[in-house]
Amino acid sequence: MPSLGADMEAGTLVEWLKRPGDRVKRGDIVAVVETQKGAIEVDIFEEGVIERWLVEPGTTVPVGTPLALIAGAEPATVASAAEVPATVMPSPAPAAPPSVSPLLEPRTEVGRPRVSPAARRLAAERGIALDRLTGSGPEGAILYADVERAAAGTALRHAAPKRLDLAEMRRAIAAAMARSKREIPHYYLSTTIELTPCLVWLETTNATRPPAQRLLLAALLLKAVARALGEAPEFNGFFTAEGFQPGTAIHIGTAIAIRGGGLIAPAIRNADKLALDELMAQLRDLVSRARSGALRSSELSDPTITVTNLGERSVETVFGVIYPPQVALVGFGMPVERPWTAGGQVVARRVISATLAADHRASDGHRGALFLADIDRRLQSPEKL
Amino acid sequence: MTCKDLTAALIDELGRIAPETDASRLDPNAELREELDIDSMDFLNLVTALSERLKIDIPETDYSKLATFSHAVDYLVLRLGVAV
Repeated sequence: MPSLGADMEAGTLVEWLKRPGDRVKRGDIVAVVETQKGAIEVDIFEEGVIERWLVEPGTTVPVGTPLALIAGAEPATVASAAEVPATVMPSPAPAAPPSVSPLLEPRTEVGRPRVSPAARRLAAERGIALDRLTGSGPEGAILYADVERAAAGTALRHAAPKRLDLAEMRRAIAAAMARSKREIPHYYLSTTIELTPCLVWLETTNATRPPAQRLLLAALLLKAVARALGEAPEFNGFFTAEGFQPGTAIHIGTAIAIRGGGLIAPAIRNADKLALDELMAQLRDLVSRARSGALRSSELSDPTITVTNLGERSVETVFGVIYPPQVALVGFGMPVERPWTAGGQVVARRVISATLAADHRASDGHRGALFLADIDRRLQSPEKL
Repeated sequence: MTCKDLTAALIDELGRIAPETDASRLDPNAELREELDIDSMDFLNLVTALSERLKIDIPETDYSKLATFSHAVDYLVLRLGVAV
C-alpha cells in the first residue's frame, strides 16, 4: 500500500487492474486504492510478472503492506530459496527504506533463523515476532508466505469504498498540516513580480492558437519555479530522519482546489525538463483527474516541492504551509494592477506576489531570497522558459 | 442550430465543469466565474469545449464577452449567426 503523503495511515484496495501472470513494467497502473485523497490509481515501479495478489479487493491495510508479489525475469515457480520473489512496494514513501532485495539475508548469528527481507519487513509492519515462526524455506528459513500466514486475519474488512470523501480529505490535510507546523521551522519571504512580459507573451502566443492549445499563466509560473530550482537544490527534496535529502529530480506538486472543499497537490514530474506546451497539457490533465478522483499513486508521493497558485478571484498574497517531508512551498497570489515605477515614472502595471515558505533546517533566508529573485528574473523573459 | 440549442449546449458544458450546480437555474446576469466558482483552468476548458462543439473560434480577447450566462448566449448567437 503506497504512502500518498506523510499523513496517510491506511488504504483500501478497490480493484486489481491486472491479473496474476501478466507482465508489468514501470509506470503500469495495476490497481485502484481508496484513500483519504479519493480513489488513486497505483502505478508500479518494478518490472516483472505478477505472481499473485496478497490483498483482496475491499480490504483496508496499513501503508507499507505489500499488495502483490512480482517475480523478476525468472518465473517465480522455479524460484529457489535464493530467488524469493521481491515484494513490490508500489510508489514507496519518500522516507521508506530502500527497495527489497530478492535475496535472503545471510545467516549472521548462530541460532537465529534465516529470514527473507520481504518476510522481515512484513513481520515488522504487522508486529509479528519472527522467533515464534516456523520457517518453511530451506534450512527452516522464514519466507514471506510464513509471515503472511501468521499475519492473516489482522487486516480489517470494510464495505464498498466511495469516491471522494471530503471529510476524510479534511482529516488528511489536518494531520499533514499539524505535523508541518509542529515539526518544520518555517521562514517566509515575499516579493512582487512584474507580469507584463508574461502577459504580453501569452497574449501573442495564444492569439494564433485554438483554445485546446492555449497556455495559462500558471504554466509559466510553474516552469519558472522548476528552472530556478535547478540552481537552488536546497528547496527541492525531503527532510527525513537522516536530515535533508535533495530530490533526484524536480517534481512539482501543484496545489489543486477540489470543488466543494479540500485540495490535493499531485506532481508534475520533471517539470524543469518539460516544454511549456507539455507542462500545460500535464497541468490540464492533472486538474481534471484531481477533480474526478483518478490520480496515480506516484503523482501523490513524488512531489519534491509544492507550488500553490491562488489564481484570479482571490487575494494578493499567500503564505504557504510546507507539506512534509518537503522543505519548501512557493505561493503565487492573484495578479493585480498596481502602481509601479519604471524609468522614474509611476505607471500602472500588472504584478503578482510570489512568496516562499521554506524549512530552516534545510536552507537560510539568504538562499531563499536568491531563489525567489531568480524566479522573478526568469519570468521577465518568458520566451526563454 | 437554434438559440434554444445554443442555450442547452452552454448549460450542458457548464454542468460538466461545475457538476454540483444546476446550470439551468443560473442567474443569467450573474458573473459565471463567481456563480459557479470556476477558475481560469475551468474557463479555458469551457471555451475549449464550446469551440469544439460549436465549431467556432473563441479568441482570448473575447473571453470578457462570456462573463455572464446571458452575455455568453448573445456572443455565441452572434458568432454562429443564429436567428434569434
